[in-house]
Order: sequence, then structure tokens, then C-alpha cells
Amino acid sequence: MDAVVDITVLALLGVTAVALLRIRNLVAVVMLSGIYSLLCAALYTMLDAVDVAFTEAAVGAGISTVLMLGTLSLVKREEKKPAHRPILPLFVVLVTGGVLIYGTSEMPPFGQADNPAHLHVAPRYVEESGHEIGMPNIVTSVLGSYRGYDTMGETTVIFTALVGVLLLLSTGPRNRRPWSAEERKADHDRAGTDPHG
Amino acid sequence: MDDRVILRVGTKFLIPFILLFALYVQFHGDYGPGGGFQAGVIFAAAFVLYALVYGLGHAKRVLPPLFAHTCSALGVMIFAGTGVVTMLKGGLFLDYNVLLHDPHHGQHWGIFSVEFGVLVTVFGVMVSIFYAFAGRRRDEA
Repeated sequence: MDAVVDITVLALLGVTAVALLRIRNLVAVVMLSGIYSLLCAALYTMLDAVDVAFTEAAVGAGISTVLMLGTLSLVKREEKKPAHRPILPLFVVLVTGGVLIYGTSEMPPFGQADNPAHLHVAPRYVEESGHEIGMPNIVTSVLGSYRGYDTMGETTVIFTALVGVLLLLSTGPRNRRPWSAEERKADHDRAGTDPHG
Repeated sequence: MDDRVILRVGTKFLIPFILLFALYVQFHGDYGPGGGFQAGVIFAAAFVLYALVYGLGHAKRVLPPLFAHTCSALGVMIFAGTGVVTMLKGGLFLDYNVLLHDPHHGQHWGIFSVEFGVLVTVFGVMVSIFYAFAGRRRDEA
């Protein structure tokens, strides 16, 4: 039964990926990439990584799709045909993909108990976190306590990302560098009529 | 007024449940999957949905951009501040054992506090980035 679900989801992933490549309507592409994220989330759930699946569904399928739709309202709806022939990019992609697939042959078998990932710090988390931290969810114990520095770094990275976005895209009546004279006028009118922008 | 009544009423019906679910994900993170990051994204998604249906202007009146920006910085402060408190209490940075008399309670409240910091930052950042992207076009409020 598991194998059937695995194969179905992987096949759907493949179909979605091919459709993503072939369709030139950007709205459809954005929706398909959302579907791709959702299928990935299903895949993570089947690998018992529910926290990752949760994040993928919320960020990949949810917020990212909305942000890309927001960007689409600024550009044309159709993707242009590429001017050059796709031979060289295809060659690069095939070689890179081949190397990556060759690399997986060196990886330890999936789910085996004596894999390196299960021998380092994981036993400590599984065996000790119950009475060291006292929380049923080991993931929360690891993220919040054992690797608190790490999580603080990630939170800071998210904050830094916002600072970057605001520096690049800051808008509103106080925007000092509008793109064009028309935009400047539009901003001015908006500021004049609606203080909330 | 436009006539998208079903969309508007449906959204009004959905938003409280989205917010409630975000809080559930946040406070149930000790027991089930989820935590501050996921909860922050879901909480932000409720406001994004509001902005999509009711227009950016209305959304900015409900949740001013300045508030979202403040949240983004405040969350990092809550996280780092928890570490400073543990240092003041005589422990190491982010060593929650010293927060309360019982190390387990200390760990519990320490994780609660930093997860809350993550929630506040992620919520603020997601809403702010959405405002920054959506604000590029003319407002439809």
C-alpha cells in the first residue's frame, strides 16, 4: 500500500514538473509550482517528516504562491520564447543530474538503523530529552533547547531577509525613489487622497 | 461595491479558524508537529487572505505595516532577551534550566518564550514581505 502511494505521488511530481516546463502561461506556472510544493509536502509526510511537510505546505504552497502572484501583476502573463537553442543548458543539466544521481549511490540505505545519521547525537536526543527537557515532541526539544543558538540564527536570518526586501522594495507615500514620473505622481495622488495608502 | 459576496462571506468565516489553528500549532508544538515558524506563517496567511479579498488598503488599516515591521524586530529581541535573562539568572546564554526552580519548568518556559519570539518575527516578516510585494501595484482598496 505504501509503495502504491509513493509511486502515485512521485508520478504526479514528475507530471507536474514536465507541465511546469512546457506551459508558458505564468499564472498556470505559479499554480503548478504551488501544486508541486503540496505534493512535496505529501512526500515528506510519507517519510515521517511532518514538521518539514507542515512548513513546505504553509510556505511553499501558501505564501510563496501568493508572493509570486503578486509579482505576476507587475510583469507580462506569458513567458517569452528563449532566443537561443537549449542544447548547452540541456547538456549542463544532464551532466549535473547524472553526477547527483551517481552521488546517491554512495549514500547509506534509507531507514537503516546503523546509518551515520542515527549514531551521532540522535540517540542522545531520543533517549535523554524526555527527562533532560521533559517534552514529548523531540523535534521541539532539539530546535528550542539543544540547538537554541541555531534557531536564534535562523530567526535572525528571516529578519535580515525582511530588511533586504524592504531596502529593495520599500513602497508607500514616503517612498523616496519611485520608478518613474508616473509612479511618483500616482504616489503623490494616493498620499493626497488616502492617508493610509 | 463589488459582488463577490460568497468570497467575502467565506473569507470572514475562515479567518477566525485560521488564526485559531495558528495558535493551536504554536501552543501544541510541545506535543505535536509544529512550532513558532509554522504558526507564524499560518497567522500571517490569515492576513494575506484578508488583503487578497478585501484589498491592500483595508488590510493595512487592520494591520499597519509599521506594526508588522516592529513585530519582525521584536521577535528576535524576545528570543535573544530570553538568553540574556538566563545569563542574568546565572546560567549560560539560552540555558533554560536556571529560569525557574525546577529545570523541567525552566526548559518548558524557555522553549515557550523563544518559540513565541519565532512566531512574532515570522509573522511580522511574512506580512511585511507581502505588503512590500503587493504594494508595488496600484492599491485596489
